[in-house]
Amino acid sequence: MTPQKLDTACTIETPEGIRLELYPAGPVARGAAWLIDSLIRIGLYIGLALVLGVLGATGTGILLVAVFLLEWFYPVYFELTKGATPGKSAFGMIVVHSNGTPIGWQASMIRNLLRTVDFLPLLYGFGLVSMLLNKRFQRLGDMAAGSLVVYKPAPREFAHIESVAITPPAGLLPREQQALINFAERTTRISESRTVELADHLASLTGEKGRQGVEKLLGYARWLASGR
Amino acid sequence: MRQTQFQQLYEASWSALEEILDSLESGRNGPKLPPESIRRLPSLYRDMCQHLALAQSRCYSTALIEKLHYLALRAHHQLYKREFRIGKRLLEFMVSDFPVTLRNHYRLFWLAFVLFFGPGILFGAVCYFNPDMIYAVVDDSSVAQMEYMYNPDADHQTGRQEGMENASRVSMFGFYVYNNTGIGFRTFAGGILAGLGTLFFLVLNGLVIGGIAGYLTELGYVDTFWGFVIGHGAFELVAIVISGMAGLLLGKAIIAPGNLRRIEALKRNAGQAVILISGAAGMFFTAALIEAFWSPLAIPAAIKFIVGAFLWLLVFFYLFLTGRNRDAA
Repeated sequence: MTPQKLDTACTIETPEGIRLELYPAGPVARGAAWLIDSLIRIGLYIGLALVLGVLGATGTGILLVAVFLLEWFYPVYFELTKGATPGKSAFGMIVVHSNGTPIGWQASMIRNLLRTVDFLPLLYGFGLVSMLLNKRFQRLGDMAAGSLVVYKPAPREFAHIESVAITPPAGLLPREQQALINFAERTTRISESRTVELADHLASLTGEKGRQGVEKLLGYARWLASGR
Repeated sequence: MRQTQFQQLYEASWSALEEILDSLESGRNGPKLPPESIRRLPSLYRDMCQHLALAQSRCYSTALIEKLHYLALRAHHQLYKREFRIGKRLLEFMVSDFPVTLRNHYRLFWLAFVLFFGPGILFGAVCYFNPDMIYAVVDDSSVAQMEYMYNPDADHQTGRQEGMENASRVSMFGFYVYNNTGIGFRTFAGGILAGLGTLFFLVLNGLVIGGIAGYLTELGYVDTFWGFVIGHGAFELVAIVISGMAGLLLGKAIIAPGNLRRIEALKRNAGQAVILISGAAGMFFTAALIEAFWSPLAIPAAIKFIVGAFLWLLVFFYLFLTGRNRDAA
């Protein structure tokens, strides 16, 4: 029986027929982002209080309205303009609809107005429980709004395979061929000893050990990718 | 076909797509492309989706698949995002979306109305005939605060709490916005707990407000209290009912989802509820304006009552009659 993959990816099928993979962010990262946002908000409160204190009575009125807006709509503003609050952006997260599209005003309002309930009984208790029980780490506000907090995808750097092509043994399955090419493209990102360690697993395939094994595998990969 | 050949064949169209995406993502700051180039986005995207599917089924390297996947995400983002233009949308919302949505759920409106005014009026009557009953719901200091605020013999501005007597009108406006809209939002949010939170807030606020009204009327503070509240009461009390109604919509999705899964019913109702709570927020804002700038004015109570009645009619007609041509369509 094949073991289930431990993967947090959530797949979305697009109208064009391809599957997009998004990785929802877990409670720890979101909690840390919330801390950063709270600090920013407190800083803004203090700053505004200092500035508006100069204006006396009228200033207090404006300050109260500003505090109201900051308390309820600080996340909404950032979600609609930048896709995520500064705290979330610091961790590379973004808020999207569950179909992968950028968040709209209705969903943003719903998820943020329901924060009061997620915050109960103490410091996002309900929200945390909801995130742990939900497959996609959604808190109550996210579920009602149909939104997800996902990691912004960032492309990784991969090496170009430069070795001389060597014909691999016959009968390699497509997945195995893919694994060989992947290995070759990752060589720049892993240490030399690690590369040798991985290559040694395939000693039966290459018939070599150590650096020669690595060279042979790179040759196989080159053949598979380019043919010559 | 080998991976390298595949890449060489389609590299050009991928770069073109990437260029368009870079231009769109950097907005006004970045490089500008002519419209004819940008118009190629959908067809380039469709082609690239085919390439991605091919790469996945042929098991090309993960690097290539990830690269195409990332392009797909970016293009999907650009193609399916919605523009958010405030001005016209706001007017449309106020005149059409909000009243129409309200009337669509009229039963819940009346339920919230009864849950709020029912206990309120009953308890108000109770407190009128037996003033000591007010202490069952409201604590001593708050009752004393209310007496202080609406005492006709006081030498301070009517309706001001102790400590805020000399605050400017603008600060009071800010205070009312912060305080009252917050109550409305919390009443709404409570709805997700199967409607129980909303129920609790509606009934509690009804009891408190009704009780205070009955108590102060018994004391004879009629002109000060009723004169003060009749003006903004139209907007504020109805806004509380609408917040409750929005919360009950959420609760209904959980308790009685009908043919849908609870989560689907919740999403659908939440979409409707957010229109209601946004409208209610606007009404709270209006109520705060009236409460800060009109209600405290020292003019004869009779005039205040007439204007108050007029405002109640205004709210009624707004909710009942606006956006009717949209209904018929």
